[in-house]
Amino acid sequence: MLYNQPSPHETRVLTRRFGLPNSASIDTYLASDGYKAFLKAMQMAPDEIVGEVKTSALRGRGGAGFPTGMKWSFVPRNSPKPKYIVVNADESEPATCKDRVLMEEDPHGLIEGTMIAARAIGSEKGYIYIRGEYRYLIDHMDRAIDEAYARGWLGKNIQGTGMNFDLSTHTGAGAYECGEESALLESLEGKRGNPRLKPPFPATHGVYQCPTVVNNVETFYAVPHIINMGGQAFADLGTPKNGGTRMFCLSGHINNPGVFELKMGANLLWMIDAVGGGLRSGRKLKAVIPGGSSCPILRADECDLAMDYDTVAKAGSMLGSGGVVIMDDTTDMVAVGLRIMSFYAHESCGWCIPCREGTTWLKKMLWRMNNGEGRKQDIDLINELSKNMLGRTFCALGDAAAMPTISLVEKFRDEFEAKVRPVMVPVSGPDQLVAIS
Amino acid sequence: MNFSPALEARISKILGNYPEDRKRSAVIPLLLFIQDEVGAVTKEVVDEVSHRTGTPRVQVDEVVGFYSMLHRKPIGKYHVQVCTNVSCMLVGGTELYHHAAKKLGIGHKETAADGVFSLEEVECMGACSWAPAVQINYDFHHKVTPEKLDQLLDSLRKIQ
Repeated sequence: MLYNQPSPHETRVLTRRFGLPNSASIDTYLASDGYKAFLKAMQMAPDEIVGEVKTSALRGRGGAGFPTGMKWSFVPRNSPKPKYIVVNADESEPATCKDRVLMEEDPHGLIEGTMIAARAIGSEKGYIYIRGEYRYLIDHMDRAIDEAYARGWLGKNIQGTGMNFDLSTHTGAGAYECGEESALLESLEGKRGNPRLKPPFPATHGVYQCPTVVNNVETFYAVPHIINMGGQAFADLGTPKNGGTRMFCLSGHINNPGVFELKMGANLLWMIDAVGGGLRSGRKLKAVIPGGSSCPILRADECDLAMDYDTVAKAGSMLGSGGVVIMDDTTDMVAVGLRIMSFYAHESCGWCIPCREGTTWLKKMLWRMNNGEGRKQDIDLINELSKNMLGRTFCALGDAAAMPTISLVEKFRDEFEAKVRPVMVPVSGPDQLVAIS
Repeated sequence: MNFSPALEARISKILGNYPEDRKRSAVIPLLLFIQDEVGAVTKEVVDEVSHRTGTPRVQVDEVVGFYSMLHRKPIGKYHVQVCTNVSCMLVGGTELYHHAAKKLGIGHKETAADGVFSLEEVECMGACSWAPAVQINYDFHHKVTPEKLDQLLDSLRKIQ
């Protein structure tokens, strides 16, 4: 079931099966070119597959935007250890709700994506790590996997090609940190979701210290289409070095929020107006979080830009996971900052002190600020403390908490100043106080 | 411990997903699925998971403390989880949470005396474009208004 109406502005590549009757069944999948890309990939050498993915300029859709083909090429194929495919379906970056829709509408698309990746790196086993809150999707994916086994698309000697590949779901149990790939691997091994020191990277030392490819759900979905249409055709859909389409999750103060598949590099203002139906009536755009709550915020005057990794990075933010939060002029930026920091303070896994202590300290200061008890010097302290977290942690959670906070303080300083507790001094008599700042 | 045949089948399937010497991988899925049937991760559940996965008890215990969905004490029959993260906050999630707290007469991570409802203010659960969102046990509810939540809670109270 789709939760929002599709938009006429969408470019349907990953979502081409959305809305088909029984789109989740293997029959619908096979009748609409399903598993064709896998059979084509079996005719290709592993290096050719990796090459095609490199040509496609596909970049990781989970947030970091690392080139997928390059990630695959780091896997040592001659390693004597077993190699693993891991799907990161821990979707938990605030404002992101795309992987859920993809898996719900087209579960076999994900299975085929993992099979092609497995062929490319020589893997015989894959796991789909799904966050525990998505219980219905665990059952949904399990059903699709059972169907694929029953029809000979998973297991031993798949369709007589000689390839073996087993796939199963794995559930998390509530931890944002497990969306970080090394923490996810720890969790997959049955441990607390703390990040690992990198290097070594998962490509050489992943699950059980074996070579592993970890990619986001949406990244795997792109793979069969890249094989079918050719890497260059996929790349041409987007902008240079930012191939294809991507799922954008529009939320916040717009008339028509929803998840939409748009070309990489679509203009953000166009996205808000044409696809998102514009802002609520009579309201003006104030700010946008372009790719999930870890990204620095963009002021309205910075929003006339192409939504691809490089352009958004040049504007000082990140395309991230595609979670676009649109805020109108009624939004209280200090309250937004507090809510974001409360989230990171709750989700910090506690492994690194700058993040564990920093997020909680910042949350307390932002709470005071938001409740009119902040001091003027707290504004700079919030900024300085955030900057001291940057780059000082094992994983990016500390950065993810610091970056939006720095951007809020620097771009909306007046709102923080307006909430500062006035300094009172007595004048003309013991009971009278006046504000001096 | 003895579980329902469906859960036993699920447990053996899960254990089969991991290499012979890596059964510790099954710890988190087992804890979660068993908690769903038993109602909480009790000491007995920890022992059972430790036994079935061949994992030292302390390594199972430390996991229970880490993951927010695992809890050692039973919660309400209907666990009402209201998201107040940014996307939901912007369109009334915070007010919805306060409304739920007032209606149920309980606060964050509390369970009503009759055990029917428990409440939790949760972090993003992936329903941002259809906010504000509420999850009751594992069921998602999108674009929830206070009125819609009232109806939902009233109907659940009736059928319990």
